[in-house]
Amino acid sequence: MIQVFAFYLFAALMLMAGALTIFARNPVHSVLWLIVAFFNAAGLMVLVGAEFIAMLLVIVYVGAVAVLFLFVVMMLNIDFAELRAGFVSYLPFGMLIALGLLAEILLGLGVWKAGPVQLSLRAAPTPADVPNIEAIGALLYTRYIFLFEMAGIVLLVAMIGAIVLTHRARGGVKSQNIDKQNRRRPGEAVVNVNQPIGQGVEL
Amino acid sequence: MTAFFQSFGIPFEAAWLLSTIIGILVIALPLMLAVAMIIYADRKIWAAMALRRGPNVVGPFGLLQSFADGLKVFLQETIIPSAANKGLFLIAPIITFTVALMAWAVVPFGAGVVLANINVGLLYILAISSLGVYGVVIAGWASNSKYPFFSAMRASAQMISYEVSIGFILICVVLWAGSFNLSVIVESQRGYYGFLNGNGFNPLLFPMAVMFLISAMAETARAPFDLTEAESELVAGYQTEYSSMAFALYWLGEYANVILMCALNAILFWGGYLPPVDWAPLYLVPGIIWLFIKILVFFFIFSWVKATVPRYRYDQLMRLGWKVFLPTSLFFVFLVSGFLMLTRYGAAS
Repeated sequence: MIQVFAFYLFAALMLMAGALTIFARNPVHSVLWLIVAFFNAAGLMVLVGAEFIAMLLVIVYVGAVAVLFLFVVMMLNIDFAELRAGFVSYLPFGMLIALGLLAEILLGLGVWKAGPVQLSLRAAPTPADVPNIEAIGALLYTRYIFLFEMAGIVLLVAMIGAIVLTHRARGGVKSQNIDKQNRRRPGEAVVNVNQPIGQGVEL
Repeated sequence: MTAFFQSFGIPFEAAWLLSTIIGILVIALPLMLAVAMIIYADRKIWAAMALRRGPNVVGPFGLLQSFADGLKVFLQETIIPSAANKGLFLIAPIITFTVALMAWAVVPFGAGVVLANINVGLLYILAISSLGVYGVVIAGWASNSKYPFFSAMRASAQMISYEVSIGFILICVVLWAGSFNLSVIVESQRGYYGFLNGNGFNPLLFPMAVMFLISAMAETARAPFDLTEAESELVAGYQTEYSSMAFALYWLGEYANVILMCALNAILFWGGYLPPVDWAPLYLVPGIIWLFIKILVFFFIFSWVKATVPRYRYDQLMRLGWKVFLPTSLFFVFLVSGFLMLTRYGAAS
């Protein structure tokens, strides 16, 4: 009963938030609705017993990715009239994507109706008493270790690429060298000068 | 408690709902009281270090000062700037406050005394604390004012930076305990050298405990990392445009977060509800008392630091997070997992 109520609550909120992400006039509101959608998706994952994926979704997408989205969108100075002007020209392309997605959903429904999916048999269900962090870890670090490491290397390459492309060395920047500061002693920083009156100091 | 309500003939689901709601109230209401008293304690400690008296007028020793302040704030008018985005402006403090309370759901107050004993407890806390930044960012943007906006920018960069190193520090503890469940983590800390309870006595984890304390100060934007509300630069930061209860919600949420971080430090590194020394008579004291004592000790350290350490500059803050804490904590993940492979898991493979 509570599960059913929770499912419909999360699902309805997620659909609503997804729709409002598109319909919101203000891009900042869009990002915030997107965050609501992510959060409800995490709720749905908890309901199907995938609590690890749910927490990762919140930590990675809500906690990091969406914050950066928000960061960028808030800093942009967006002209709403200009945004809406392009609507008609993008409409056919948008419709095409929507049709593609609809076709995929229908295909998925059809396959589901047609009978049990053979693919799902490959992944043996884990016993209920094994937490799904352990279940994922046991697969990820044994059978899929190569793919896992590959994914890591792809991300590393992408990260280094982004840094190389955007990094520019600026000259004349005074940066603080904390080691040097800590090594400094009063003897080398302060000089006592006993100067006769009326003459300048030469250092 | 669910079983207790079921004994009255209430069906399981209703009994579960009832006991959960009671559990939430039993945690949240004393927490609010604790926040009020800890604000008083903070001001007293701070005053003592500055050789002042601190609040001493309302009630005996000024004990009721926080309640008087609360009442004053409650009776004030809520002012919404005309240029503000009204909905978000009012939602932001509610987010901060709610998120600060949510994380307490998985904190164990004693053996088995926990509202939600989920096996991803620590990830849940990470997830919830990563939500905390939204209250600040939305407030800064919705205020439609320069200083709050700068403050929001600073806050989001600062919290993301320190969450990274906190994540790695937690990984070390999780590796050692072998679980994400906070109760299991506490129980795994029994009996260091046969008589001490707490990961902090482990030479591999002690540096992590110190780094966690510092990162926790940065994560909760306490001094010396309170750049989000640096009064000499940003007036009051993201709270500048807030008044009345909206302002009070920020205040309460902030201190609830500080207590949570102190509790986490106690649970992850200093044995949580276990007494510090593994000696039978000490177990006669209820676990919750030990947890409170540890929380108060860490809160004293937070106040002490606030009263004595000057504020960091923003580039120094970022340097500390990315160039010092991140490599060090990564190195310790390597060290701890290497040690465990050699000693605990080596035989299995």
